[in-house]
Amino acid sequence: MAPRQVYLDNNATTQTAPEVVEAMLPFFKDLYGNPSSMHVFGGQVAQHVTKAREQVAALLDAQPDEILFTSCGTESDNHAIKGVLEAFPEKRHIVTTKVEHPAVLNVCRHLGKQGWRVTELPVDKRGNLDLDRLAAELTPDTALLSVMAANNETGTLFPIEKIGAIAREKGVTFHTDAVQAAGKLPLDMRKLPVDLLSISGHKLHAPKGIGVLYIRRGTRIAPFLHGGHQERGRRAGTENVPYIIGLGKACELARTELFEETNRLRQLRDRLQKGLMETIPYTHINGDPDWRLPNTCNLGFEYIEGEAILLHLSAAGIAASSGSACTSGSLEPSHVLMAMEVPFTYAHGSVRFSLSKYNTDAEIDYVLATMPGIVQKLRDMSPFYPKDAARVGSVAQAAG
Amino acid sequence: MWDYTNSVLDHFTNPRNVGEIDDPSAVGEVGSLACGDALKLYLKIDKATGKIVDAKFKTFGCASAIASASALTEIVKGMTLDEALKISNEDIAKFLGGLPEQKMHCSVMGKEALEAAAANYKGEKATAHEEEHPVCKCFWVTEKKIREVILEHKLTTVEQVTNYTKAGGGCGGCIPDIKRILADVMHTQAPQAEAPKMTNLKRIQLITQTIEKDVAPTLRADGGNIELVDIDGTLVKVRLQGACAGCAGAKATLQHLVQETLRQKVSPDLVVVEEN
Repeated sequence: MAPRQVYLDNNATTQTAPEVVEAMLPFFKDLYGNPSSMHVFGGQVAQHVTKAREQVAALLDAQPDEILFTSCGTESDNHAIKGVLEAFPEKRHIVTTKVEHPAVLNVCRHLGKQGWRVTELPVDKRGNLDLDRLAAELTPDTALLSVMAANNETGTLFPIEKIGAIAREKGVTFHTDAVQAAGKLPLDMRKLPVDLLSISGHKLHAPKGIGVLYIRRGTRIAPFLHGGHQERGRRAGTENVPYIIGLGKACELARTELFEETNRLRQLRDRLQKGLMETIPYTHINGDPDWRLPNTCNLGFEYIEGEAILLHLSAAGIAASSGSACTSGSLEPSHVLMAMEVPFTYAHGSVRFSLSKYNTDAEIDYVLATMPGIVQKLRDMSPFYPKDAARVGSVAQAAG
Repeated sequence: MWDYTNSVLDHFTNPRNVGEIDDPSAVGEVGSLACGDALKLYLKIDKATGKIVDAKFKTFGCASAIASASALTEIVKGMTLDEALKISNEDIAKFLGGLPEQKMHCSVMGKEALEAAAANYKGEKATAHEEEHPVCKCFWVTEKKIREVILEHKLTTVEQVTNYTKAGGGCGGCIPDIKRILADVMHTQAPQAEAPKMTNLKRIQLITQTIEKDVAPTLRADGGNIELVDIDGTLVKVRLQGACAGCAGAKATLQHLVQETLRQKVSPDLVVVEEN
């Protein structure tokens, strides 16, 4: 029997782990105290928050006092960028990349309108940065370098260990949006020269509405929310206790499962990719085929359009996403694919499959059995698909 | 996810008349790979009766592009070419029970393919996009086209023009030009003779008062605000501020709240545009 629902859009959001839900429930019921209170109702809750902070710190090999709880990855990114600029009022320059998530890119562009100078570094066709160019852009006027750890659309990894070393040499504060990398790849803050790092709970099987900003001890950064003394004065507001507990549990699970799951996911992803590319001619990998998140596979199918593919997949119970213009309501393909100069012939026909620990071999088999027919159906009605072109199931064309 | 009607989904999942006609009487081709959608329409026309006896299509595009093409071929069968040319893109959208506004350009593409096929049948050179230097270089949309669409659909905002023609949806470099064209069309279209017997001074006072008394308080309640920038005939230029600036619902606010209130309280021919 084919599975009815196959969720392969885990870079958008993940299923909250049942263990996480279980861990959270008491904090909606009996354990309702305010961690700041001077009585046992609050005190016992504070102990659980402390434990959750330690669980998050452990995933990053960081110190608990370097973990700041936020409401989401976007808040973490905003806090990092605006907080550093406020702490260095004399510096007026930000360096980032053209392929950042909008949570970084649009913050920088907004600040650009307010008078800061913003440099958006280009990427090559595989989505990689030119590190010499990056180094050359960092000047004494540069307050912040913000470069993501892994790209959400293509999965391409940036070498944050090298980038951080360059930033450190130049005396520039370095922030990385690790929303996609956290929980999928090891992130060891004892080794990585990173000052600030953003995490989003719902990308690693915690619920939506919780994030983390890692702030290395000694990093100059202004508070984001002013008010009470919570989060050591850096982010006022009563702690979102159930979600903090949930994120702690999710980080603990991620840490214990990381090595095994990463390997399993990569094999599953590779099987999906290989199978699709073998049966569907004119298919291309978007992103760096080698330096990529183990769970992500972004493929460009020539001659057809992504939204149409997604709707057919959805009708077959398969959830994926696309960088096609039509899916977003904008009229251009994704800014990431455009920055990589992915040709229009398959930028519009890009589909991202992103896996999680809950995906199975049987689900991948189902996708491999379903996808070729969808592609062929759409190609058969495409005016650009040559009549004598190879059809699905025939020997794969050389794909790039 | 887009809110498609069941009819759109039906025509997308089971498109009618997909394919080519071997010996077509007319072929119309619009769009390109770069644009992200394209349509090639084949018509078979009976010479004696002048009626379209068969219509087929091939399309590259999203669900609404496929559904629009399928609907178009169903609609035109049995019509004469002249009858078919009277079909508007809204007829295509209506046939499908409606399209999301951001997808209206898909139905426009159907109409354009029909026009191209008619030109092809009459032996005219297709009135291709190349005739004129485009306003929107990304999607090659000419000023003529933009003016036609503004007039036909009574468009008032850049966003609507983009939804109908795609112009401005790429690099955005032509948005100032689209604003200029919009302002120009609306200005010349404003029924000057029918203007109420209101002096300019009175009108300006009324607009100012209405914004201050009836519009601004609502926006302020949501953490936003509005600034009246200029009044040029029937064109009211405003700037949204605070929480309203950059709000995804700003366009709707402008249209439904600001423009509607002004039309009711001051004059029904007022058009509100946003100044950046």
